[in-house]
Amino acid sequence: MVEKNHMRLEILSKSTNESFARVVVAAFASQLDPTIEELSDIKTAVSEAVTNAIIHGYEYNEGIVIIESTIEGNRIEIVVEDKGKGIDDIKKAMEPFYTSKPDLERSGMGFTVMETFMDELIVESQLGNGTRVKMAKVFHSLVDKE
Amino acid sequence: MRLSTNIVKDYLIVAFEGELDHHTTEEARMKIDSLYYDNNLSNMILDLRKLNFMDSSGIGLIMGRYRNCKERQGDISIVNTNPSVERILRMSGLLKIINMYSNIEEAIDGKRGE
Repeated sequence: MVEKNHMRLEILSKSTNESFARVVVAAFASQLDPTIEELSDIKTAVSEAVTNAIIHGYEYNEGIVIIESTIEGNRIEIVVEDKGKGIDDIKKAMEPFYTSKPDLERSGMGFTVMETFMDELIVESQLGNGTRVKMAKVFHSLVDKE
Repeated sequence: MRLSTNIVKDYLIVAFEGELDHHTTEEARMKIDSLYYDNNLSNMILDLRKLNFMDSSGIGLIMGRYRNCKERQGDISIVNTNPSVERILRMSGLLKIINMYSNIEEAIDGKRGE
């Protein structure tokens, strides 16, 4: 079992930071000895959440995106938070293929990807105050070894 | 991300290398569209074999190119052998409307055989 561990990362809402954020979380997660597939799931989910914060939360304006991650046992929890405009209708935003920005050729799959690749997903949002996406995943590679 | 393009008859062949996310799709979209329209092409092959990461921004990019090709009565296909890329392609339902092949030759032959 890995002891409890925690990290916090603060980035500017720039699209160049999407790859930086997912690589940092993946590096943090690697202490749980995940499989290549599990690591790829984490990277993709983080990428989706950070991209949402940049495009939808801040609508390309400058803002801060906070990424926090906690490891406990064989479970990783990741929180991606912005102080942007917030989501009007979370249920609708989470529908597959729904996008509020079809002109940008967004696929509308962001939340569906997070839901599929992670075990838990909770989205909290307040109009004008920002959005907090909390997701978690249990790595089975450690469990199988013990 | 690196993008290499090649035109064979009326096919635009686009090979992606590296990571395809929101940041890198913007530039890829402009480059692909200008080559496709400036050369008056109808078909497109997207070679994803050298991608080591793709998220839903890549799905959006492929969906948009699919629409462009259909508008011109052209065909679009994907070449891919990477399991993590295949996973997200399958999840999005794109593989129900776009054929996936393991190499370029098959992708070209696949269409000629129709």
